[in-house]
Amino acid sequence: MSQSPSNIGHHAPSITAHPLFVPRRFFRLASALTTSFYALMVEYRVEIILWGIATSLPLIMMGVWSEAAGTGEFTLDRVGMIRYFLAVFIVRQFTVVWVIHDFEWHVVSGRLTPFLIAPLDPWWRFFFIHVAEQLCRLPIVILLLAGSLLLFPEALWGDGETHGLWTPSWDRVALAAVATYLGFILRWWMQYAMAMGAFWLERVSSAHDLLFLPYLFLSGMVFPLGELSNRLPESATLLGMTIPIGSLVYELTMLTPFPYMLWFPAILISTEGDAALGGVSIPRAFATLVIWIGLMIALQRFLWRLGTKHYSAMGA
Amino acid sequence: MLRYTRTLYACWSAAIAAEAEYRLNFAIAALIALFTLAGSLLVLALFYGPNASAESAVLGGWSFYEALCVTAVYTILDGFQQTFMQPNRQQLTEMVREGQLDFVLLKPIDPQFWLSTNRLAVFGVPNFVFGGVLLAYAIGQLDALPSAFSIALGIGGIAIGLAILYALGFLLATLTIWFVKMDNITLAMNALLEAGRYPIPAYAPAFRVFFTFVLPVFFMTTVPAELLTGRDSPGWTLLIALTTAAALVLGSRWLLRFSLRHYTSASS
Repeated sequence: MSQSPSNIGHHAPSITAHPLFVPRRFFRLASALTTSFYALMVEYRVEIILWGIATSLPLIMMGVWSEAAGTGEFTLDRVGMIRYFLAVFIVRQFTVVWVIHDFEWHVVSGRLTPFLIAPLDPWWRFFFIHVAEQLCRLPIVILLLAGSLLLFPEALWGDGETHGLWTPSWDRVALAAVATYLGFILRWWMQYAMAMGAFWLERVSSAHDLLFLPYLFLSGMVFPLGELSNRLPESATLLGMTIPIGSLVYELTMLTPFPYMLWFPAILISTEGDAALGGVSIPRAFATLVIWIGLMIALQRFLWRLGTKHYSAMGA
Repeated sequence: MLRYTRTLYACWSAAIAAEAEYRLNFAIAALIALFTLAGSLLVLALFYGPNASAESAVLGGWSFYEALCVTAVYTILDGFQQTFMQPNRQQLTEMVREGQLDFVLLKPIDPQFWLSTNRLAVFGVPNFVFGGVLLAYAIGQLDALPSAFSIALGIGGIAIGLAILYALGFLLATLTIWFVKMDNITLAMNALLEAGRYPIPAYAPAFRVFFTFVLPVFFMTTVPAELLTGRDSPGWTLLIALTTAAALVLGSRWLLRFSLRHYTSASS
């Protein structure tokens, strides 16, 4: 009677003991959860198309940036801009995360309770429903990409001058794919860590809208981040000190987790060489990704432990 | 008429009282509005480069401060959409799903009026304030102050923009009567409306066509800013904007009536 669901979870011989990685069990669970959630998500095909449109901001921004590229000194030219934003759009499709809304609903409606009794840490379910949704999204992404290439054939063929056929090398594509998925994992754990606030707050998702803003503006979704050091004033004087605004803002941005969620993989696919990375080497980018993922998982585990102790199963 | 103003007063004071419970939410919403605006200013600053106010810095024929007017008008429209449209749309979806729409239809009041004004979300208000302040600032920085006539025309233009926004939103919301789950279609439309943050002539040709003839974002934010700044004299554009707005508002009335004829309530 006095035993709260969270206590049961702690005593059960469960994945909570090794919450993150137990190889054989991992693959069995991953495939079971993905296939069953896939069946669930296929029901929402039309909605996934609408979500695809709802995440088309990079394509809208491509419309302005590709025109602006002809009017001044930018880090990318017209074709470069089109390729960059197409790449952002694709990466974005595989990094859509809504776990905070899902988790909040489960906590507020008390539906988290049965998950706590099950011998499986709930993050599995919340995570693999995203993986299943990405599988459903795949054909839609291919269609949207084909449509965009029809509208902007020069993205594929090049302009016959500085750009040839868009053929990123295989190693760049492979790196970009890994970076995209790490970016998704980072964004997922970051949001899941924030979602733990639902144990204490009733509407944690509205606080999350605040976190969406740095993501919106610092991830490269609305402008290629290289423009920060390129287009902001080079320096300004404050209290007698000369501050290199452009490069300072750029360097600070690169310390945050956000550029590696969209900008980094998109630059890998859409450009060649290291010039467009603006001093951020590929190893440094991956190291930043991994460090942030580790931090977010640690934060989530900590808040989870506190939260499940505090959780009284709504209405109990 | 008196009945309508009294209904409005009753509904809105109840809505404000209910919202007052979530004061932290209001503070968060104000912060979000502020940061979003700061973000779009950053994007504009990047478009125009370090010498933004120089005459050579133009984007699709628009100077920095003229483009700022467009962003300001967008922010005001966004405030309108958050304050008045979104809560009512949410309510309509819930009502259709739970069969409560019947009770609205029985009320001795125009259903479209009730369905579009019943709720009010206070946390959209900061956008009105920030948009208004930004607009006043941007106008003050223009090379030539617009005449009183231009400003009056501009305010008319904003009203037209609001009418188009309202009609489009209501048209889509009405579709819930047929297809119960339609929340995501408005999500998709709002994402496309984001294009209105920047002057439509600054976009690539294909985008200009789409955002003028398919989704009339051009008439919602660019035309009001054109009229305000005196870039454009009232002529064909204004006439077309007015016609578009009138057609869409009438269309939204017609679609509601038409869909109500097919409405069979949740139980049947």
